[in-house]
Amino acid sequence: MSRIKRKLNAEIITLAHGSGGKAMRDLIDDVFVSGFDNSHLDELEDQAKFNLSDLAKHGNRLAMTTDSYVVDPLFFPGGDIGKLAITGTVNDLAVGGAKPLYLTCSMIIEEGFKVETLRKIVKSMKKTADDAGVKIVTGDTKVVNKGECDKLFINTTGIGVIAENINIAASRAQVGDVVIINGFVGDHGAAIVDARGEMSLENTIKSDCQVLNSLIQKMLEVCPAIHCMRDATRGGLATVLNEFAQSSQVNITINETQIPIRPEVRGMCEILGLDPLYLANEGKLIAVVPADSANKVLQVMQKHPAGIDSAIIGKVEKQPASRVILATSFGGNRIVDMLVGEQLPRIC
Amino acid sequence: MKYVDEFRDPAKAKALISQINGLKEKLGIKDGAMPIQLMEFCGGHTHTIFRYGIEPMLPDWVEMIHGPGCPVCVLPMGRVDNCVELAERPEVIFTTFGDAMRVPGSKKSLLQAKADGADVRMTYSPMDALELAKRNPMREVIFFGLGFETTMPSTALTVIQAKNQGIKNFSLFCNHITTVPTIKAVLDSPDMRIDGFLAPGHVSMVVGERPFDFIADVYHKPIVITGFEPLDILQSIWMVLSQLAEKRCTVENQYARIVPPNGNPAALNAMAKVFELREFFEWRGLGSIDHSGVKMREEYQDFDAEVKFAVPLLKIADPKSCQCGEVVKGVLRPWECKIFGGACTPETPMGALMVSSEGACAAYYSFGDIPQLLAKREQQIKINIKDKSA
Repeated sequence: MSRIKRKLNAEIITLAHGSGGKAMRDLIDDVFVSGFDNSHLDELEDQAKFNLSDLAKHGNRLAMTTDSYVVDPLFFPGGDIGKLAITGTVNDLAVGGAKPLYLTCSMIIEEGFKVETLRKIVKSMKKTADDAGVKIVTGDTKVVNKGECDKLFINTTGIGVIAENINIAASRAQVGDVVIINGFVGDHGAAIVDARGEMSLENTIKSDCQVLNSLIQKMLEVCPAIHCMRDATRGGLATVLNEFAQSSQVNITINETQIPIRPEVRGMCEILGLDPLYLANEGKLIAVVPADSANKVLQVMQKHPAGIDSAIIGKVEKQPASRVILATSFGGNRIVDMLVGEQLPRIC
Repeated sequence: MKYVDEFRDPAKAKALISQINGLKEKLGIKDGAMPIQLMEFCGGHTHTIFRYGIEPMLPDWVEMIHGPGCPVCVLPMGRVDNCVELAERPEVIFTTFGDAMRVPGSKKSLLQAKADGADVRMTYSPMDALELAKRNPMREVIFFGLGFETTMPSTALTVIQAKNQGIKNFSLFCNHITTVPTIKAVLDSPDMRIDGFLAPGHVSMVVGERPFDFIADVYHKPIVITGFEPLDILQSIWMVLSQLAEKRCTVENQYARIVPPNGNPAALNAMAKVFELREFFEWRGLGSIDHSGVKMREEYQDFDAEVKFAVPLLKIADPKSCQCGEVVKGVLRPWECKIFGGACTPETPMGALMVSSEGACAAYYSFGDIPQLLAKREQQIKINIKDKSA
């Protein structure tokens, strides 16, 4: 059944667009339903429906995750809040070994937001979702008074299905395992500090914001026995490694010289007194794999566009348990702990 | 990375460590004797030592004492309370270096004040604060000036510019402190037993070598002006130990690539133009030290937030349980303080040295093995009790 599509003529979002009336229907129809463009949304029901048998073709367990996206600025080198809202949730599913299938999209918009900007963000979400092979199947829109939110907040929830032979968990790291990362750390965090312009640095650092599900699929094809995998978002590489070490009660020792860090990110960290190990990433995964599969996994990763700069950065040892140790490039050792609060630039 | 990696070369580090080890005999070190104590004054050095894992590389007869040179750490609580009060005025945009945001006041930190609605903004340079004042002529922009002689010239030059450009809505809340009186206070304390010093490289870049002469001439301790890369630190440790081995004490400059013997006259002029010594300044952990801080001269009063906003000087005592003073003088190691890791952690710092990542206690807490250190402390307490009862 074909419907007559409604058209949104406004240039800015007002409270009327969240009131449940005609203006809201125009917004949903013209911006979201047309923008995300799929048969689930076209039905305009209060919920999306799936056949269980279709889901079961992919595996025997359902995975579900949710994340809210608040980023300033909304557009930054290498991405925007829309792209981030898809990659983040897709990656959270994929690192658990799930094949991501469906997403929800809920937006909280500050009144006065430009419709043109919203369309741009929706377009970016659609493109990223297509790249990841997922569909945005249901959503919600709220408009709040000026000052009650910062321009635009997005929440996405995702579901995916995990194949029967996969069992990835932070508690499964074993002595002898090898730690692999799919490329340079800290690009996203550095790009955001830079794009905010507060530090008046002139730089060309781009966010690493990217979906990882197809890379992970390739990795699982050669090694279904991957023990742990997480994407290193807020808190960076250091935080994920600490989570693994604590959950598995093992030691993880990483080698500073093997960790890929771009010179420009290092340079910025040197100037501001930040530690790249704690900078946020939006397209980086850390995998703990059995030693005998490490080279195989590394090779398929390096052949994939999302993993060209993959590297083995460390290994799992017994003692000191629950601790992450960095063998510094200088020849010393130090403990890499969880961060207390936010990293703040140092005075001198 | 060029001009950085050269100073982090592990092969050169190994060579320096073996040179340091080679001095043991000449220094007449006996096994089991008290270690030689060297103080790095500057928080930047402390950070490097921990970040690169330098302490475990040193022989057990060299002990590093992490001095009071972290300007964020030694900021007294009353001053932080002043900052919060200024920041909470509706007309004020309060600008500060990033790591000062977390320093606890008696009620709250600037970070908490920001969460409560105060307009607190992080800047990288005082010039950014001046720009902010130009862009917001209806607001009062205050820059929270803190730090030793390293950051003093840039604040002085900003104030001079503000005056020249006739900008009326910019002022400085001056909390700058001076290095020499503080080192002197450490040297004068009766329980001090430090054998030599690494002098702050960035401060020296401004003030030059001469202000440190008294350490060698009057107190007969060797002192080496030191850079901030890990090889700088190792080389300086070797230089201080060599002086001790040769029974010399003088000011040596390891950081000659940056520090001219006479410092930076232009920077010193700007500082002298804007600032004059305070009679005394209050330090967290060390108490009041004569002439250890500067205030703005009368000609610049229009830009002095203390005058403009009639800031009351609050004196708030450090928590009684705090042993920062002993740690700073090397009498106690950070983990030997009775509240380290318990009541005092980086999440809820009680003492100065737990506040910034450059503080000795925070560095031990973040980079050290806490359960192991606390077990060691328990062990020592037991030994002490046994000694006393014997």
